[in-house]
Amino acid sequence: MTMQGLGQRIGFWIGAAAFIALAFAMALVIRNEYVFFAGFVILQFIVLATAWNILGGYAGYVNFGTSAFFGVGVYTAVFLLKAVDAPLWIQILVAAIVGAALGLGVGLLTLRLRGIFFSIATVAITIIAETLITNWKFVGGATGVQLLRPPVTPPFDSYIKMLFVIAAVMVVIAVALARHVQNSGIGRGLRAIRDDEIAAECSGVPTLNLKLVACALSGALMCAAGAPSAMYLQFADPVSAFNLNYSVSALAMSLIGGTSHWIGPVLGAILLATTQQLLTVTISSEVNVLVLGVMLVLFVVVAPEGIIGLVRRVWRLVRRGTP
Amino acid sequence: MSEALLRVDGVSKRFGGFTALEGISVDIRPGERFGLIGPNGSGKTTLINCISGVLPSDGGSIRFNGEDITRLPAYKRTRRGIARSFQVPRPFKSMTVLENLLVAIDFAVIGHGLSTRQADAEVFEILDKIGLAGKAHVASSQLSQVELRKMELARAMAARPKLLISDEAMAGLAGSEVDEVLDVLLKLNAEGITVIMIEHIMQAVMRFSERVMCLDAGRVICEGTPQQVMADKGVQEAYLGA
Repeated sequence: MTMQGLGQRIGFWIGAAAFIALAFAMALVIRNEYVFFAGFVILQFIVLATAWNILGGYAGYVNFGTSAFFGVGVYTAVFLLKAVDAPLWIQILVAAIVGAALGLGVGLLTLRLRGIFFSIATVAITIIAETLITNWKFVGGATGVQLLRPPVTPPFDSYIKMLFVIAAVMVVIAVALARHVQNSGIGRGLRAIRDDEIAAECSGVPTLNLKLVACALSGALMCAAGAPSAMYLQFADPVSAFNLNYSVSALAMSLIGGTSHWIGPVLGAILLATTQQLLTVTISSEVNVLVLGVMLVLFVVVAPEGIIGLVRRVWRLVRRGTP
Repeated sequence: MSEALLRVDGVSKRFGGFTALEGISVDIRPGERFGLIGPNGSGKTTLINCISGVLPSDGGSIRFNGEDITRLPAYKRTRRGIARSFQVPRPFKSMTVLENLLVAIDFAVIGHGLSTRQADAEVFEILDKIGLAGKAHVASSQLSQVELRKMELARAMAARPKLLISDEAMAGLAGSEVDEVLDVLLKLNAEGITVIMIEHIMQAVMRFSERVMCLDAGRVICEGTPQQVMADKGVQEAYLGA
């Protein structure tokens, strides 16, 4: 590894540690629970957007199935809670494993399709998953299921604060994974697939295998992001767990942030999710959807490469301006 | 005839009701310069797609270096030593020329434990040979047509092929550019790489090839030395429109 690479790596992990420390300190100091209630959602969307970007951004396979994976994560947690009263970390871990397996399975079925056909297939996956859960009595069926939170573990004084810190840790894991994929040989292979799949295959890139790896990683992170949602809402029902909003948001956040770098979905998620949270409080939750749409159109027109592309363009102009 | 590097035996390909290839058989010897000609739609590119694994063949078998590769996916064929360029260049647009070649080195030349520095050195050596040395850090989307063609060949070379298939690498190039690309191919062949060249530019095919095969409507109509093929009545009728 080059010195620059090593420096960047150290910088990244210092940043990650500082981020978790900040989340932890907030949980100990801030009294207002609403901060954590809203913060959790923002962090959750960072995980979802980052996960989406591994397949959708790096490999260029636009996935509308985020809500399928998210919902399966929610219901993995519900099932484990009802069946064996599993602790939260087990719920998240098992959800990640289920997500990876689901990603592999779905990938094997759909990744031979390209472009819009792949995207349509992923929409179908959401509908299939939702239908299955709706007809499964044990996890509450169509009416949903009420869940009781276990007592909170010290040093936290409320469950929501604990969930917030856990979400912060998940953000670091997701971003670290995405960053690793981006910088490794897999990342270059996925980029080659996005640029030209046939040329990639003829240059020795095992395209199907790489796409499956990306799909499994992405699926694992999405499912894991869904798992703590059950405890967050203390309620789960198929319509909200498999809400298409998760798919659209994860996609929009990645595109708005920029798909070529791991920081893109992080920026996009922070920008969009924060705006949405503010609007929900100040105006109404329905305006969210409108804002999402308007911002997506705006970025596609003005900055097709997202915030990253915009910053790069400005940077280039600035450098050209100074002799 | 165990010395054939590539043995295509009775390969067929159909697209629905249309037969693109019908029982094509040909042996390519190691180190040979082989020309593949035929009118538009005669199945040249389809044959190359079947050999490189981009399309599965419907019948017959393909052996490379003594191994049956008929059912192998394209990336495994590339790793075994079959590299190709494309009729319409297919660069990795988001990458520089250097990165384009590194994809092939990273994924096709596996098990050699190349360090980053060695891989870079190999890329520059190839670019030097092909005449793209100054363009290593240029985005591939900025290249001219002739540079793109050369990069396609360079990327194929980065996979360390035993057999290089050049699919109309000279189409649309000016006269002097045709000579440039031809020189590159001759130079690579002199280093021991077997070359199959598909080309419409007759002069180039005749200058380059030791042996020429002509396809028409998915069948082999003639095979032999360039002179023999040019003199063949069937070829003149089908291809030269005589």
